[in-house]
Amino acid sequence: MASKPRVKVPKSASAGDIISIKSLVTHTMESGQRKDKEGNVIPRMIINKFECQFNGATVFSCDIDAAVAANPYLEFKARVDESGTFKFIWTDDDGTVIETEKQIEVL
Amino acid sequence: MNLNRRQLLAQTVGLSLAGLFGASTKAFATPEAVAESVAAFADGSEVGSGSLKLTAPEIAENGNSVPIAISVDSPMTEDNYVKSVALYADGNPNPDVITFHFTPASGAASASTRMRLAKTQNVVAVAKMSDGSVVSDTRNVKVTIGGCGG
Repeated sequence: MASKPRVKVPKSASAGDIISIKSLVTHTMESGQRKDKEGNVIPRMIINKFECQFNGATVFSCDIDAAVAANPYLEFKARVDESGTFKFIWTDDDGTVIETEKQIEVL
Repeated sequence: MNLNRRQLLAQTVGLSLAGLFGASTKAFATPEAVAESVAAFADGSEVGSGSLKLTAPEIAENGNSVPIAISVDSPMTEDNYVKSVALYADGNPNPDVITFHFTPASGAASASTRMRLAKTQNVVAVAKMSDGSVVSDTRNVKVTIGGCGG
């Protein structure tokens, strides 16, 4: 299952800066292509959606398929005009949701 | 060039084969299946090139985790921004990889991730802009150890 999200967001920035955000979450991303010892297909179980919000509004999101590697890594950009909170949300095929937040001070 | 040939092929044969190329009913994706997906994503717009750059290694040491990145030259203002970038793989069991959705608050239309590649194949990126225009870029990646765990 998904666990231990790690996100890197700068602690501060100037208004109008475009910052880089790096995220990583632990997840097997079982593709549904593998078979177990008995030859049965191991069912797909992946994170299928990622969303980044800033002060409640969506900034960036992804629809993720089984071809994304295990422990999905996502790096993207955001323009910050004011201080606030980034919220990161990962959703699994079975509905499990993992969230984490990061603050940023914008001068 | 390659993509245009595939698109032409997809247009002449793709419609009749569309039913057969369902996501989970065949062993591996094909360039035609990817051309179908690209056409569906483009939703009627002609697929151009130039502003979108797909970065992928020429040779992937490990097909289980191949770093890829996309970047689109765009002002990312309310009137002119990149809405989505979809990635497809034409030799994986399933051609879909990921679709990035941007907003003007993204500041820049660039993103990277790591993907699985089952074997040597083309990775295709397609970007759709807020004005409906579509551009794409393709990279061929050689894979020595396939990454589908099979």
